[in-house]
Parts: sequence; structure tokens; C-alpha cells
Amino acid sequence: MANYVELKNVTFRRDGRLIFDDISLQIAKGKITSILGPSGTGKTTLLGLITGQLSPQSGEVLVAGLSVPDLPRPALFELRKKLSLLFQSGALFTDLSVFENVAFALREHTRLPEHMIRDLVLLRLENVGLRGAGQLMPSQLSGGMARRVALARSIVLDPELIMYDEPFTGQDPVSKGVLVKLIQSLNSESALTSILVSHDVDEALSISDYVYVLSHGQVIAAGTPQQLRQSDDQELKQFLFGLPDGPVSFHFPAKPLAEEVLA
Amino acid sequence: MKPSGVMIHHYLLNGLRRMGINALDVCAGFGRASWFLLQSLTWGKGFKAPFARLVLQVYQLGVLSLPIILVAGLFVGMVLALQGYHVLVGYGSQEAVGQMVALSILREFGPVMSALLFAGRAGSALTAEIGLMKATEQLSAMEIMGVDPLKRIMAPRLWGGIICLPLLNLMFCVLGIYGGALVAVDMLGIYEGSYWANMQGSVEFYGDIVKGVIKSLVFALVVTWIAIFHGWNAQPTSQGISRATTATVVQASLAILALDFVLTAVLLGGF
Repeated sequence: MANYVELKNVTFRRDGRLIFDDISLQIAKGKITSILGPSGTGKTTLLGLITGQLSPQSGEVLVAGLSVPDLPRPALFELRKKLSLLFQSGALFTDLSVFENVAFALREHTRLPEHMIRDLVLLRLENVGLRGAGQLMPSQLSGGMARRVALARSIVLDPELIMYDEPFTGQDPVSKGVLVKLIQSLNSESALTSILVSHDVDEALSISDYVYVLSHGQVIAAGTPQQLRQSDDQELKQFLFGLPDGPVSFHFPAKPLAEEVLA
Repeated sequence: MKPSGVMIHHYLLNGLRRMGINALDVCAGFGRASWFLLQSLTWGKGFKAPFARLVLQVYQLGVLSLPIILVAGLFVGMVLALQGYHVLVGYGSQEAVGQMVALSILREFGPVMSALLFAGRAGSALTAEIGLMKATEQLSAMEIMGVDPLKRIMAPRLWGGIICLPLLNLMFCVLGIYGGALVAVDMLGIYEGSYWANMQGSVEFYGDIVKGVIKSLVFALVVTWIAIFHGWNAQPTSQGISRATTATVVQASLAILALDFVLTAVLLGGF
């Protein structure tokens, strides 16, 4: 099975803090791969490395066979036309309507006639159930609707790789279910390669083909959802089943409470 | 306790080290700002869509700055005429007030005041707008979609500023001279013919008007460059945007005043 994305022995530091310590992982073409891990483990940073917004201090980041950190700026922008990222915040352009947000990439990268752009945008909005919301401005949308518009925008150019950054955070159960179905159907119908970064374990495991779990700058587990559920690793179990006690402490390091309060 | 020789040596070394680090930071910042300017001067492929974006920026930066520029120009001209009249009348030369108002405004007040007002009104707005786009990940989204924000967002704003400020300067000058006439002719009773004729006789097209526009063009480039760079470079937090906006107004204002001296010296042939 060919890999669309490969990270080889990547080390990345930011502001002197070690985020990734010699990690390696592979994202298989045409599959949904989830990157799980507690908050602050650098899951979003990983997407920054894949898209070339960040460069590692050492190691290789290969996307579609190209070494991303070594690409000159024009080649990087060319590669990015094949990639798509669904931001946690949606990152919709606030001065453009929903319709224009979705049409943005088509207008920038193609010379399609206006009627064709209109049809493509309406089809993508139909995919996410928001065909009727085309004339609304982003400020008029709920959080769930904004995320769905952002999803329509990110698939309008039929990318080869789509990355979802915490797509389920802050979503109500209905929106969450709709997003899960959308991600699954997009992947199967359009033969996309998908990377799902999340800490919503149940939703991510339900649709993933392969899963990496990151913690303390390293890959602590990798495998199919079935393999991970059956693992005996204590740290992995604590994360997957949300256990308060385990190797990962809930509290940020500090003096004992009694000592601090009664001092 | 008196500091020992070793401690003084240590403080001196530390001070030198900090100075070196700060100097390197300033050089790196200037290098990044220069790279940013070069990238933002061109806007890539196509003409129709970039032109529409440029027109929008001319509206945002120029047309929306008109009220403050026109009102300020009118009052500056009125005050200059009033002050000039009270000085000149002592020498019996009050008829030269028109010449004094026109030369002061065309050579100095027009380019400098319009640039300072532009930095406060349009420059701060540019920084805040771009900083907020960065904080809400709109610039990142654009980059990921293969669209270079330096070409799509920065270039039209930079060129919009370069086009607008010289025009705003000319409008400031027109209103200033008209404001001077209102005070000198209508209030203080200076003969209208001598107000305009003295002005016509002393103002040179190249020496006064064109040189004022050249100053204005340089101010436009510097102010807009500072404004968009601070927006692009802002920390993506509310405090970061507030800091960037303040830095734009302070640095742009100081740059205008310092450059005004240099440009005046160069244009007058003082160097």
C-alpha cells in the first residue's frame, strides 16, 4: 500500500520546547488515519509540518513523494492545491458570503465560467446540507454550520489529501453525527486520503482505518482501532477510556495543595 | 556592598551580549520586512480580479479617509492664515499671506499632515484587519488553499496606499489653501486679488507641487509597508493585535517626521 504522507525521524522544537522527538509515521493513500492524543501534544503542529507552514529541525516530511521543507515557495503553493485542511475554527473569510467562501478556491485556481462555478458550489453546499445558506455571511452561522461550510470549501477542488483539525470539538450530537458521516462518505466516494486529528476517541475510532496516538512528543501507540482497544498499555488505556487515574497526571506539576494553602 | 571588579566585568559582558542580541533581532526583523515588501509589490497572475481588489482598497483607504483629510486641511489652512496674518501685519506685508499659506501647505503641512492622519486612520485599520485575519486563521487557510496571502491580501493594500496618499495630500492642500482664503479674505479683509496673485507668482509647479507629491509617495510606501507588516507579524491574540496597531501608528509617525527632514534636505539640494 502506497503512503501519501511520510514523516521520518522528525524532531521539532518551538520556543525551546521539544514538541516531537524523533517521530516517524505513515499515512496510507485512500485511507482515514487518525492522530489522537491529549491536548497540547502537538497534533495540530503535525498538520503544520505536513502543510509546510512549519519546518522540522531534523528529519523528513514527504507529501506525495515531495520533501515539503525543501520545496521553494512557488512549488509549495503548487503542492498545497492538492491538499486541504479543515481548521478547528473553520477559518471562513469573514468578508465573503458562504457561497463566495466555497467559490474562493475555484475563482483563484481555475478559469471556469460563472455558471459552472455556481453549480459546483451549490453541489458542495448540498453535500453539507447548506445549499439554502449560500447568501448568509459567516457571522450569521452557528459553530456547526460554519464547520460544515468550511468542509464544503475544503473539498470544492477535489483535493488528494484532506486534513481535519479537531472537527468534532464544540459540536452538538447531531452535528457530530453528520460530520462523522460526511468524513466517511467523502473518503469512500472521492478516494481521498484523510487525516483526522482529534481527541474525540469514539468518533475517531469509529471511522478510522489506522490510528496513531501521540503523547510527550512521541508515538505511544499505532494500529487499527481494534488493535488499540485490545492493547494493555496503561497510558493508552487511560486516554482511550478517559480514566482519571493512570500514568498521565491530570494536574500540572505543582507543590502539594496543603503545603501551598496552609503555608 | 561595593561591586567587585569581577561583577562589573560580568555586568559589562552581559550588557554587551544583550546589545548584540537586540542588534541581531533588529537586523533579522528588517530583513524579514524587506523580503515581505518585495513579495508584496507584485500580485501574480491575472489583471481583472487584482484590479477589482485594488479598487476596493482605494475606496477603503482613500475614499473613507477623505472626511478627516478634508476637515483637517481646511482647519490647518485657516490657522496658518490667521497666524501668518498676525506676524506679517507687523511688517506691513499682510498681502503675502496667500503666498505663505500656499508654500507652507504645499511643501510641508500637506505631505506631512496627510501622511500622519493617514497612518492614524488607514494604517491602524490595515494592521488591525490583517492581524485579525491572522488570529482567525484566515491567512493560514488561504496559504493552505495554495493562495499566497502576500499577493492576494498585502499587494492590493500596499498599492492602494501608494495610490491614495498622494491624492489625499493634493486634496488636503486644496482645502488648506481654500481655508486660508476664507480667513484671510473673508475674515481679515485681505484683498482677494493679492491673495491669489501672490500665490500664483511664488508657487512653482516642480519646486513646490511635484516635490510635495514625491514626499507623499515616499510616505505612502513607508506607512503602508509598516502597517501591513505589523498586521502580518502580529501575535495572533487580542493583546498582540493591540500592540501591533500601536506600533504601526508610533513607528509610521516617527518615520514620516524623520523622512521629511531627509527628503527636504535631498530635494532642496542640502546634501
